Amino acid sequence: MREVTLALPMIPEMEIEASKTATAIAESIRMSPDRIDEVRMAVVEACINALEHSHASDREVYVTFQVLGEGGDPDKLRIMVRDTGIGFSPDGLEEPTIEGKLKAVRKRGWGLKIIRGLMDEVEILSGADGTTVVMSKMR
Amino acid sequence: MTESLNITVDRREGLAVIYTEGYINNQGGEEIAKAAYKLLDEGYKTLLLNLAGTKIVNSIGISILIEIIEKMIEIDGKLGFCCLTPTIEKTFHIMGLAQYAPIYPDEATAVAQMRS
Repeated sequence: MREVTLALPMIPEMEIEASKTATAIAESIRMSPDRIDEVRMAVVEACINALEHSHASDREVYVTFQVLGEGGDPDKLRIMVRDTGIGFSPDGLEEPTIEGKLKAVRKRGWGLKIIRGLMDEVEILSGADGTTVVMSKMR
Repeated sequence: MTESLNITVDRREGLAVIYTEGYINNQGGEEIAKAAYKLLDEGYKTLLLNLAGTKIVNSIGISILIEIIEKMIEIDGKLGFCCLTPTIEKTFHIMGLAQYAPIYPDEATAVAQMRS
């Protein structure tokens, strides 16, 4: 398994830096361009969620990329986006719908739905020590 | 690090096309909204967003596009999208935007359908 971790300051557009690394690593395992694009978008959303909602005192987002697979033929990319913020209850979140958002004052809150729609596997681990979004995509 | 959005507008008879170039984040979404609302003030009720020059969006930017959709519904106007990357198109479907703002594969198809 190969692994790379970035520690990114919570500043505007840090998500773009994470998405560039995701692209480079996904390309290294010969993931198709359309799937790479989906990974990029999911990484952007996970980073933005951390930036906007974590209230982490260290103001950092940690993004770990793991290349998984048999021997010299890796076939899966796992990405963990972690913050050390206040955490949240994923089960307590209402699933956004376009009908609901069109009527609502607050139209945001789509991040997790987008991540779940674009990645093959998604797990949210959250508690008082922070949140980690673990997401994977096959090549 | 900044990935800014450039916008150009093509005003045609009964329809205006907004072209985007770059990242649609919160600032990018606001720029599109500003252009769209200016066109509404000018009397255009049919708007096409051509995203050929945009390879990445985020949900904050898209939530501003939802505000534009809401406005178009309010005034009985039409908003459509064309030339999306497969990932942006998939994301719009995940969010349900396509139910309220049709997605067309190319500009010529979009213009023909939106004018009919």
